[in-house]
Parts: sequence; C-alpha cells; structure tokens
Amino acid sequence: MQLVLERRAERSTAIAVASPLIAIALTLVTMAILFAALGKNPVTALSVYFVDPLTDSYSLVELAVKATPLIIIAVGLSLCYLANVWNIGAEGQFLIGAVCGSWLAVKTQGTDAGFWVLPAMLILGAVGGALYALIPAIAKVRFGASEILTSLMLVYVADLLLDYLVRGPWRDPNGFNFPTTAEFDPVATVPILIEETRLHLGSLIALVVVAVASVVLGRTIKGFEIKVVGAAPRAARFAGFDADKLVILTFVISGALAGLAGIIEVAGPVGHLQPNFSPGYGFTAIIVAFLGRLNPIGILIAGLFLALTFIGGEQAQISIKVPLDLTKVFQGILLFYVLACDSLILYRIRVVSSRSGAADGIV
Amino acid sequence: MGLFEAIILSVLAASTPLLLAAAGELVTERAGVLNLGLEGMMIMGAACGFAGAYFTGSVIVGALAGILAGMFMSALFAALTLGLAVNQVAAGLALTIFGIGLSGLIGAGFVGERIETAPHLYLPMLTDIPWIGKIAFGQDGFVYVSIALVIGIWWFLYRTRAGLILRAVGDNHVSAHALGYPVLRIRTLAVLFGGACAGLGGAYLPLAYTPFFTPGMTAGRGWIALALVVFASWRPGRVVTGAYLFGGVTILQLHAQAMSLPIPSQFMSSLPYLATVVVLIVISRRRGLAGSAAPASLGLVFVPDR
Amino acid sequence: MGAPLLSAVQITKRFGSFAANDSVDLDVYGGEVHALLGENGAGKSTLVKIIYGLLQPTSGELRFMGRKVELAGPAAARALRIGMVFQHFSLFENLTVAENVALGLSTAEPFAVLSRRLADLSRDYGLPLEPAREVWRLSVGERQRIEIVRALMQNPKLLILDEPTSVLTPQETDQLFITLRRLKAEGRAILYISHKLDEVKALCDTATILRGGKKVATCDPRLETAASLARMMVGADIGEIRAAAGRTRGTARLIVRDLTLDPDDPHGVRLDTVSLEVRGGEILGIAGVSGNGQDELFAALSGERASPNADDVVIDDRAVGQMSITDRRRLGAAFVPEERLGHGTAPRMRLSDNALLTGHASAAMVKRGFIDRTAMLATVDNTTKVFDVRKAKRDPEAVSLSGGNLQKFIVGREILREPGVLVVAQPTWGVDAGAAATIRQALFDLAARGAAVLVISQDLDELEEIADRIAVIFHGRLSEAIEAAAVTREALGLLMGGSAAKSDAGGGAVGAKAGGKDLDHATGA
Repeated sequence: MQLVLERRAERSTAIAVASPLIAIALTLVTMAILFAALGKNPVTALSVYFVDPLTDSYSLVELAVKATPLIIIAVGLSLCYLANVWNIGAEGQFLIGAVCGSWLAVKTQGTDAGFWVLPAMLILGAVGGALYALIPAIAKVRFGASEILTSLMLVYVADLLLDYLVRGPWRDPNGFNFPTTAEFDPVATVPILIEETRLHLGSLIALVVVAVASVVLGRTIKGFEIKVVGAAPRAARFAGFDADKLVILTFVISGALAGLAGIIEVAGPVGHLQPNFSPGYGFTAIIVAFLGRLNPIGILIAGLFLALTFIGGEQAQISIKVPLDLTKVFQGILLFYVLACDSLILYRIRVVSSRSGAADGIV
Repeated sequence: MGLFEAIILSVLAASTPLLLAAAGELVTERAGVLNLGLEGMMIMGAACGFAGAYFTGSVIVGALAGILAGMFMSALFAALTLGLAVNQVAAGLALTIFGIGLSGLIGAGFVGERIETAPHLYLPMLTDIPWIGKIAFGQDGFVYVSIALVIGIWWFLYRTRAGLILRAVGDNHVSAHALGYPVLRIRTLAVLFGGACAGLGGAYLPLAYTPFFTPGMTAGRGWIALALVVFASWRPGRVVTGAYLFGGVTILQLHAQAMSLPIPSQFMSSLPYLATVVVLIVISRRRGLAGSAAPASLGLVFVPDR
Repeated sequence: MGAPLLSAVQITKRFGSFAANDSVDLDVYGGEVHALLGENGAGKSTLVKIIYGLLQPTSGELRFMGRKVELAGPAAARALRIGMVFQHFSLFENLTVAENVALGLSTAEPFAVLSRRLADLSRDYGLPLEPAREVWRLSVGERQRIEIVRALMQNPKLLILDEPTSVLTPQETDQLFITLRRLKAEGRAILYISHKLDEVKALCDTATILRGGKKVATCDPRLETAASLARMMVGADIGEIRAAAGRTRGTARLIVRDLTLDPDDPHGVRLDTVSLEVRGGEILGIAGVSGNGQDELFAALSGERASPNADDVVIDDRAVGQMSITDRRRLGAAFVPEERLGHGTAPRMRLSDNALLTGHASAAMVKRGFIDRTAMLATVDNTTKVFDVRKAKRDPEAVSLSGGNLQKFIVGREILREPGVLVVAQPTWGVDAGAAATIRQALFDLAARGAAVLVISQDLDELEEIADRIAVIFHGRLSEAIEAAAVTREALGLLMGGSAAKSDAGGGAVGAKAGGKDLDHATGA
C-alpha cells in the first residue's frame, strides 16, 4: 500500500478557495503545539499574536505601516513569478531604492528646497531599484545565468554598500558617530495621513499599486503575456510574445516597486537612512507573494496577515517572553502549509496497492 | 609559522563548510532536485551541532547532531517537493526562513557559551614538516572528511551502477521512470544525503571554526555553496577547486583589511558575492551548443501518469 | 508449431469506465513475426504494455510457455526474456550509448564487459554502435538502434516492437527487416505493432487486428489485400473527401525563395536553399519522415524564427522574412503547429485564453491594450459549433479536451479567421478518424475559398487525399513539388529516404544535378 500523487483533469476550484484557510488553520495548530513546547499557554500566546494587535488602534496603524512595504514588493514579485522569473533579490532592490532616494535627501539637507524633493526621491528610489534589478535580468537574458543566484548575491552587495555609505560619506556629522544619516528634512519625509499616528502616504500608494496590478494582470494584454510566458513558454513564442523582453520588463517593474518601497520606508516610518533598517522585508515579501497566490488582492490580504505576525511577534516578545525568532518559524511553517495545500489544487492523493506501484509507467 | 602557511590554513578553514555543503547539493542536483534551502539546513546544523557538543562534550556527537538536523530539514523539503510536487524554489525558500528562525530558537540559550573545538590531527614527524606539514597532516576531522566525501561522491557517481542510475534520473526522469526506476525514491535519498552534508557543513562552524554559536553565523555560506555547484558544472572535482577559490577570496579580503589598503572594508567583504555573479555569467555563457552541462531535469516536477 | 510462447487470455484493462482492452486473446509462437494492427487508440499499446509488465490487467491472464505468469514490472518481463522496443525512446541524452544500454538491463555485468559485448553484438546484427558516444550526438535512426540492441543483449525469446519504422527512412526500414528476419530464423518470436499495411504484408506471418479495444480478427496478412486489412482495422467506411472539382488556382500567395537557415539547437536540422510556392486555392503537401527539418521550416514560415533575408518568405507579395509572427498574422496568415499542448495551446489555460493566444493579433480581441473577454468567448463558441468540438463545459482548460477535439479547436480557431495563407503541421496526428475527417474537410474547403494551404505531414495517405501537389523534405532540403495525381508512393518513399526519384516517376530529386541517378551515397543517409 502506498500513497501516490495523481494529476487532476482540471483545477479544483473548491480546494483553490479552501486552501489558504486550511493552511492557516494547520499553522495555528502547529504554533499552538510549539508554544506549549516552549512552556507558554497556547491560547494566550495565539491570542497575543493574532487577536491583541487587532484590538487597539495603535496596532492597527502599525499593521498598515508594516504591511505597506510587503505589499508593494510582493506585487512586483508576483509579476516576476507569474512569468517564471525567480527574482529572489527584492531585498537588495529595496535597499538600493532606499539608498538612491536618500541621496537626494542628504544632498538637499538643510537647504531650503521645495516640495519637489519627496516626489523626486520616490522616483529616484524606483529608478534605482529598477536599474539594480536590471543586472540579474540582463545576466539571465544575455548569458543564461540563473537569476535566483545572481539576484541573491546582489542582496549582500547592496547591504554592504548601504553599510559603507552610512558609516562613511553620509554619516551625520552631529550624530555622535552613530552610523546613520541626519534626520530627513520635513520636505523629504513621507507625509502622515492621520494626525498623531504613523499612518503615512505609503499605505495609499500600496493600495494604488494593488489596484493597478489587478487591472493589468486581469484585463490587459500585457498581463496575459506575462501569464502565458510563465505557464507555457513555447506557446508564448507561438503567440508572438517576446519572452526575453518580458523577463526584463517584470524584473524592472519588480525592482522599481521594491525600490519605491525602500525609499518610502526610509523616508517615512524610519526617517533617516541607517544600516539594517529592513527586517528582511524583501524576503518576507516572497512569502507574501506565494501566500497571496501571486494575485494582487490575495497579496493585499496576505501582506496584512503577515504584518500581523510581525506585530504579534514583537508584542509576544515583550508580554510573554517568546523569542522573536519564532516569527520566522511561523512564517516558514505557514508557507509550507500553503504550498502543500495548494498542490492539492492540481493533484489528488490516492492510495494504491503496491502491485501496480512504481512500475505503472508512461510511454 | 610563515604567512603563506597561515593563509593556506585559514583558506582551508574557510572553504571546508562550503565544500561539505556544495558536495551534498551536487548529488541532490545531479538527481534533478534544486534545494535552495541550503542556508536553512546549514544554520540548523550549526545550532544543533553546537547543542550536541555542548551537552555531551563530544565533537563527534555534535557532528552527528548537525547531520541529523540537516537530514530532518531536507526531509521536510522532500515531503513537499517530491511527495506533493510543490515548486522547488518556493519550498527551498520556506525551508531557509524556517531554518533560520528555528536555529535562532534553539541557539538562543547558547549565546555566549563556549565548547571545545575539534581536535587537530597530530602525526609525529609528518605534521612537523615545514610548510606543508600542518596543511596536509594537521587538520581537524572535518577537513579530511570533506576531501574523502568528494572522492567518495566521484567514485559513486562514475564508478557504480547506483550512481549511474542517479545521473540518469537527473538527466531524464521520464525515461528513468519508463525503465522502471523509482525516481522519487532515488531523489528522496539524494535530498537526504544533501541535507546531511549541509548539516555537517553547518556544524563545522561552531565545532571547528569558532567555538561559539552566533545566530545567523552561516552568513550566506549556503547561498554561496549553491553557486559553487553551478560554478563546478556539477562535477565533483571542480567543487573542490571552487570551494578553495571562494574560501580564498574571503580570506583575501580579511588580509587586505589588515594591510590597511585604502579600500573600504565593505567592498572587500562584497568580493566573494561579486565574484560569484561574474562566475555565474561566465559559466553560463560557455555552455552554448555543446549539450547541457546541467542535469536536464533539474528543478522539474515529476508526477508520473497512472 | 507446438504451444504458443506467449498467450494473452481474455485480457481486459479499464481506466475508469473506459476499456482500453476488452477480452483480448492473442497467441504468439516462436519463429514467427506476429503483427498487431489497429488505428490510434485501438488498444495495441495498452496490450503490449501489459505483456511487458508496465500495466496490470484488470482481468484476464498471461501465459508464458504454458505457465500462468503475473508480471509485477518490466524487470519480471525481462527475466522471462521478453524484450521491448518502444516507439518513444527511453534514452538519456547526456550519457553514453553503453551507459544507456546498461541502464536498460537488469544486470550485474561489469561495465567494460558490457561495452565490448554491445559493440560486438550491434555490429553482428547490422546495427553498429559505438559504446562511448554520447546519445545527443546520434541521429534518430541510430538512437533506435540503441533501443533494439539493448533488447537483443538479453537474448530475448520474445521481442516486441512498437511502430519501429515511424522514424526510419525506407532504407533503414529494409535493414531493420533483415535483422528481424534473422531473429525469426533464430527461433525467436516477434510481436510487431504497426499501422503500415504494406510493411505488415511484407514482413509478418500472422496479424491480429484490434479495434476499439477488442480483437476483431487474426489472419495471415500475406493472403489479404491492404484494402481488406484496412477494412478490418477501420470498420465502417469513413466518408470520402469531396474533391473540389475545378478549384481555380490563383496567384502565388506564399513563396519561399532559397531559404537557408542554421538550426538554433544542436539537434536541429539546417534548412538548405528551400524553395516552394503555394497558390491561392491550392493545397501543397510536404511529406517527410519526422526530423528532417519540418520543425525548422514551420518556425521559419510562422516567424517564430526570423529568416536571414526579408524576402526569403513572401506572403501576398509582402516580404515577411524578418517579420514577427504577430505581424504575419495581421497580414492574414495563420499557423497550426504539430504539438497541441504546450505549443499550439497553453495546456492549463482556458480555451478562451487560448483563443486570445493567436487572436490578439487582430483588433477584435484587444482594444487599446485591454482584452475583450466577450470576443474571446465568442470565438470559443463559434469554433465549438462549426467544428463540433466536444467538451465538458463551455470554457474548459485545454488539457481536458481529447486529442481530436483539441485539434479541432486549434484548427478551427485559425480557419474561422479566414486566413489567406494557412500553414499546418501534422494536422491529424494522434486524432481519431472522425475528427481527422472534419479537419481535412475544413482544410479542403478553406483552399476552395481561395486560400493557400501548406500541409506538412508524415502521413502519405493524408497527403494523397487532400494535396494538389506534394514535395518531400529530407535533411533540410526540399524536392520539387510534384502533381499529386502524377506521383507514386514508391517515388515519394525514395525521396523521403534521400534517393533521386527514377525518371519515369516525374519531378526532380532532392539536390540532384543529373536526373535519375541514385544519390544515396552523396546524401550520406
């Protein structure tokens, strides 16, 4: 007797809808077990993680603030992944975008510059991220180099570049030797949406990005091209869609969005440029993209959910002394379950007698 | 001890974890599976390796703990990608994030603790030979295991029937299945082996390289090991060359810093990563028309029709 | 004759509710060549997989040398010395010939010994192989030798061959027959699956005919005519294609002039000064064994590959050699590739999306960058109605349709655009007889409406039915096109194998300088 995987004739829509819910439920159960193993009350712990942040307005705002970069980056990544282009270097593009935008902030520091500064910074951030993403794109298209590895190596390079700039040329001279730039001028800061809160314009931008991506993917020919190139490359060629151009396009858009998210984060919640300002948003966004099924609305929901886990993790660290690493564990497990449940959309599991086991072959 | 000797010794130390992890991943990829979770498996190997040695005082137990940790992680990966036909890239990333988190949890209690590191070989007369004595005969067990491992893998792949079957599975899983070979079982074994090697490579860090455990101490070595396999064109001998090359670059940048060259230390630190990108571009470019260097079914999902 | 070597007794195999084999009886004796005849989908492959242990019968039993056997897998079959040569090779391109052979054998023989035995045996049987050569360097015919020699190395009592000549030239087929006759003389049994009636009549002593999963007859093919065999295979007559009487041929709408194109992958075929011309109202057929440049020619015609010069390919007086496939479609050209799933359609996408795949070139489905789902669905509905496409729901995924229905959709979506030029490759390969008839009729009717139709096909029967003129492609070179009424199958067969046509068959030979000479050696077949 053994379990085997069998391809379904058609996608199962029932499972497609139920899968994320099942995955979340399984994750919660696993986490409950883990909490118990750490000696914490599972119910309390789960409630601190998932319920408490939703109960006070400060946390709700934090939810939006943390979800914003995740959503913006993940939407860009979803375009890549739909086209079978594996951009793993979003974190690097995020950092470079922050660096490029900050350049203008640092340059105009203390001068009486006008309102054009912030928009220009955002554009610079997007362009910087886009250009940085162009490197693995061209390496793939021109040389056939694996974009997974090239984009990833460039993350470390970006991180080191940021470190150098902030400890060296861009360091705040009045900053007591801390490795950080001076606080950005108000004109170089992302405006707040609601007084006395941290909710900033970036969240609105995230919503716009989701809306635009939704339309592009669902209703335009370009979105169709992206999906076909990823799903059936030879058919895409037959349709006249240029795979190379789409690789470059999706990488550039993804890099631009990641760069934009980077400068928004730095010029918004953080307020200045410093090393390690990113808690790995670029990598978490990959989880968000998969969790959201590479669909803009799904990513919106997934981004909020994952932001919830970050906030829950921070609160749990304080109130019930659960280490912050648990958040990563949780995210990893969640992705495992989502991937596992999603595979049931395309396949079903069957029990077969071992007589017609491995020998039942094709051809 | 001359500068030359010191440099070679430090290169050996820097290269060994890369070599161990890359050798295992080579076998996995030769069977057609791309496991991006190397970083996660290595860091788990480091955490569990340290824990094992800490509680028992034995480096061997630590090494075994590291191996088991790596195998456990890779078993998760195998269940997802081979059992449920999940996308290998996504599963590998999940494994990495999970591994980093879990290793942090496990290792949290050990921060600041020390253990006895692996003893180095000492053969009277041989180890005392100037210049090469220490290099050839004065290493710790991990180094010798890593070399033996590569030789063993080479012999397995090219001189045994089992190795031939594994290479065939990586070349064309459809044909292999049609000939009656248990593709999924072979791949599972290859993945588990890769996990064991990655775990051992990670365990090397707290057991031989430094006597501590620090969260995130693998610092991207898993990713470099992945690049190494491509760099080596999936051939065991070249993995050795590549590992020592990369270890060499890492050491080079440390020494350049010490010599106070007017180059920012971050640039020197970025050299290994930049080098990998360049190598990847050059290697991929050379392949051209001469048939495929990579195992042809690498990364492809296999679900036999029934 | 004695007892049969192998008996299949009342073998039934069901997949769900579908019976691929239904109470089939088969007896194979040593020292005979036994043909297994039937159309696509008749159950030949299924039966043979059961005999080789790849599938388990739902009911019924196998007897080998009188004893009942149950085969758990191919290894068990090989242990009984049953060998099989599949139609689709199970080879490993980056490994050597010897490694490939070793993988196909369950043996503990040392590798060096095996290599030497392989070299000797292959030479002995007239199918020489070099053990250390990597498979990706070999031609299709040489690759099949690996499969055959691999089976012979086990000294089989029963050798099963599934459509072995589908990839061979006529000359390679002759060599294969010599080998098979020798095996028969050695007392072995050969089970020979084919749909090529002339071959079966030439080679086989007995024939069992399957239709719809059932055995309909066992006979001696040497005593039957091709027509009587075909009637048993096919059953009722399929409607004759109506010849479009007096189809007027207009101007040349598709012209290819001296097209020379290097392949973009190492196993590809170089096109060498290919020239052809198709006029409005006519169907030009290109015959040839698969792998002689058809794929490359299709790609050059469609625009998936650009030609070196713009005027290498001309559509309706426009030089399109450097134009994209989308631009060619805008000029009114349409294309149907050989591979349905993955090339002609995106398998996991819905039919409406697949309609957009080729339809986006026209303005109807895409307006200012936005796609129009209503127009896409309308195409699906129209195609379904006009071409009788059977499917489970209105807009299913492409992969859920049967081969014939999907092909009707693909051909239909192109024909409904009323193209002026249609290029179609293997239009009815793997398609059931009813759908094949529908498709061929549609091609016929399209030509009758003034379009220029180019049909690339391996199936000579098909070309003889619908083509006005036929050319043959061999090793990337195209022969002159001959009027279909004037050509003989023998002449076509010779051209397909690279020899010059004899002067009384009409038309020219491939790359011939002087007519009528046999140029086998020059083409290096």
